[in-house]
Amino acid sequence: MNIALIVVAVLLVLGAGVVVRRRRRRSLAIASAPRVAMPTLLVNEITPRPTLLDDTPTLHQRLGSSRGVFERVRSLGGSGALSDGQLDVVEEVLLRSDVGLSTTTRVLDQLRVEGAPDGVAPAVRRLLLASFAGDRSVRSAASVGFVPVWLFVGVNGVGKTTTIGKLARRQVDEGRSVVLAAGDTFRAAAADQLEEWATRTGADIVRAAEGADPGSVVHDALGRAAARGADIVLADTAGRRSNNTNLLDELSKVRRVADRAPGQVVETFLVLDATTGQNALSQAREFLAAATVTGIVLTKLDGTARGGIVVAIERELAIPVKFIGVGEGVDDLLAFDPVAFVDSLLDA
Amino acid sequence: MFDALSERFERLGSSLRSRGRLSDADLDDALGEVRAALLEADVELGVVRGFLDAVRERLGGAALSQSLSPGQQVIKAVHEQLVEVLGGSAMKVTYASRPPTVVLLAGLQGAGKTTTAAKLAAWFKQQGRQPYLIAADLQRPAAVEQLRVLGRQVGVDVFSEATSPVEVVRRGVAEATRLGRDVVILDTAGRLSIDAALMDEVRAISAVANPHYTFLVIDAVTGQDAVQTARAFHEALALTGIIVTKLDYDARGGAVLSARGVVGRPVVFASTGEKMADFDLFHPDRMASRILGMGDVLSLIEQAERTMDPNVVADSAGRMLSGTFTLDDFLAQLNQVRKMGSLGGLMKLVPGVTKEMRSAANNVDEGELNRVEAIIRSMTARERREPNVIDGSRRTRIAKGSGTNVVAVNQLLKQFGEMKKMMRQMGSGAGPSLPGGMGKMASMAARAGTLRGEQLPPGFEALGAGMSAGTPAPRGGAKNKKKKGGRVTPPKQR
Repeated sequence: MNIALIVVAVLLVLGAGVVVRRRRRRSLAIASAPRVAMPTLLVNEITPRPTLLDDTPTLHQRLGSSRGVFERVRSLGGSGALSDGQLDVVEEVLLRSDVGLSTTTRVLDQLRVEGAPDGVAPAVRRLLLASFAGDRSVRSAASVGFVPVWLFVGVNGVGKTTTIGKLARRQVDEGRSVVLAAGDTFRAAAADQLEEWATRTGADIVRAAEGADPGSVVHDALGRAAARGADIVLADTAGRRSNNTNLLDELSKVRRVADRAPGQVVETFLVLDATTGQNALSQAREFLAAATVTGIVLTKLDGTARGGIVVAIERELAIPVKFIGVGEGVDDLLAFDPVAFVDSLLDA
Repeated sequence: MFDALSERFERLGSSLRSRGRLSDADLDDALGEVRAALLEADVELGVVRGFLDAVRERLGGAALSQSLSPGQQVIKAVHEQLVEVLGGSAMKVTYASRPPTVVLLAGLQGAGKTTTAAKLAAWFKQQGRQPYLIAADLQRPAAVEQLRVLGRQVGVDVFSEATSPVEVVRRGVAEATRLGRDVVILDTAGRLSIDAALMDEVRAISAVANPHYTFLVIDAVTGQDAVQTARAFHEALALTGIIVTKLDYDARGGAVLSARGVVGRPVVFASTGEKMADFDLFHPDRMASRILGMGDVLSLIEQAERTMDPNVVADSAGRMLSGTFTLDDFLAQLNQVRKMGSLGGLMKLVPGVTKEMRSAANNVDEGELNRVEAIIRSMTARERREPNVIDGSRRTRIAKGSGTNVVAVNQLLKQFGEMKKMMRQMGSGAGPSLPGGMGKMASMAARAGTLRGEQLPPGFEALGAGMSAGTPAPRGGAKNKKKKGGRVTPPKQR
């Protein structure tokens, strides 16, 4: 299959579509020109529709107890082979935690083969923990003569800027001098938001006008850090969808700039929102390719979401989760603990 | 990574394709695949269960169609059920008889409320209204400033002050009334559904503002948690609808179905990108196709309209179909398409594209496209118009000029020749004889045109409409032929 054919396939559809729609719009514009005053509100629009969930009891009700599901799993049989009912509960618990279908299926298959001699919960926990084998240490030192850089990447709205604020506080508390690079030059007021964090934490900040080249901001931040002998640079980047090639290329460039003397990128953190479902896996895959991600920060774990997709990410892409965000406060950032995390997945 | 439901069914074997009726075992298998597809699209488990029951019921009662294979009947039933649950046709937005119409936006942190507020304001402005923005997110640093900047971009005034969210809203609405604005949009702070204090606060805001519309803003990539969030916000605020954000083309958006299922209120708006214009009323039928991974050609066309120069596209599309397409046109088109993003991403939206074509498109790197451009730009104007004049020595010159080699130049010329031939055939209505994947696509489009949505989901119908309107001949001809034949062969997926 060659490019030209593909391009032309897309073109034919688009070209024809655009032409048709323009024609149609022209005729429509005439037909619907006079706009009559709208009636009051939308009362008749809000016809209550049958909801899907009305007759689907919650998990707890269905299990006939107010106990957590983890306890339910724990109380499930203790010897050898598992019943279909037991497997169903395990499947439900994992799926509801966003662990995803393929990982869940794999766990179930293993349970079927291996059984659960010491109880279902320990077996599930063991299987899940096997995914979290990566090295979770955080590198904050660069080679002699270089300024260590932490680069933060991710899609829009996951909490990159807030995470930087919290990590800056940690670094400052440890007695290190921090320079923040406001590399998100796209979102309105993103630099203002980071500046607020700089003020709160006592970090230095380098920023540029909106729309400026993010690479140049990072470059300037490195220059300032080197000149002042700062201990570390934390570089923000604009949120970008993982399917936009141009923006991912831009990110690769920012990373290259950050890795040029006097800078040395020692960690590239992908910030993931725990409420995200299966799309997090493709986010991780794309950002890994574009920016050589070395660790994940899983944010918003203080809500009802479990962030189970990181199990699949660790297993398939071997990117370790290094921090979790559990609130908006400056101290609400913790080192990732696989055991506690797996338990929270099971305890829906 | 995600397969279209039809591809999943193909993996089940031929039983769903060939047999005349659907056995219970077949149905179980098929619904198992539907379940997997929905779960991979992040639809919540409870919602999936209710949904599958409804589909089973729909299939049980329906008379079996003569013209569709059992697999297609399942797809059709799933699609119809999705459209129904997602809310039928797009919702009409109406306005308060005593302005201003107050719109409250609420949701989790990072869902995109502030950006949505500005986009919504721009949308109302486009509708001929005079919107007013109130920034009541005093929580996140610089959120107010962000809305002010966005407000300037869309030309809508923003009200805020450093008091309390409730007070800001009270005074903001009064100010809007004084200024005679007829739509007021309230941006509130992101909050977790289990944060009692903040949920109380948003309830208080709602009590003061007495909004006509309360929208939950939800991120399209949300996972199973969409249900918890939607339920909590609905209980606190009695939502009138949902706005889904970040519905770019790699998000399957199952969260929309989850939230819709829980809240029982329509999804009203969808935001599809970062630009202010990437925002429109929500279209349930398109969303249904998207969740099922069946392509979303209407969104593709809309995206094309936004990013492409319509004159360039229309001109060369016309020349394309009349067979007078030149290398200049090709270059112009290529650049238009590149503006829209990666080819791989675009191909995902085109229904009926085979896996091979999709992966081929994914593997096209920008460098290759740059080389194509360099080669064409190294040609003289005459060579671009009449590639036939390019002889051996011209080839060598072009290869040198573009920094490529003669092989690459030959390849491009050969491909261009094939393409032109193909387009001429399409223009004259001889679709099915085309080579390769394009032949399949063209014939599929021609057939889709004959089906006109009777049997196939809207993605196919739209494609058919788009294609056939550009090429009137095959549509009429094929239509008559197929209708007389009685049984319509469905488009092949591979």
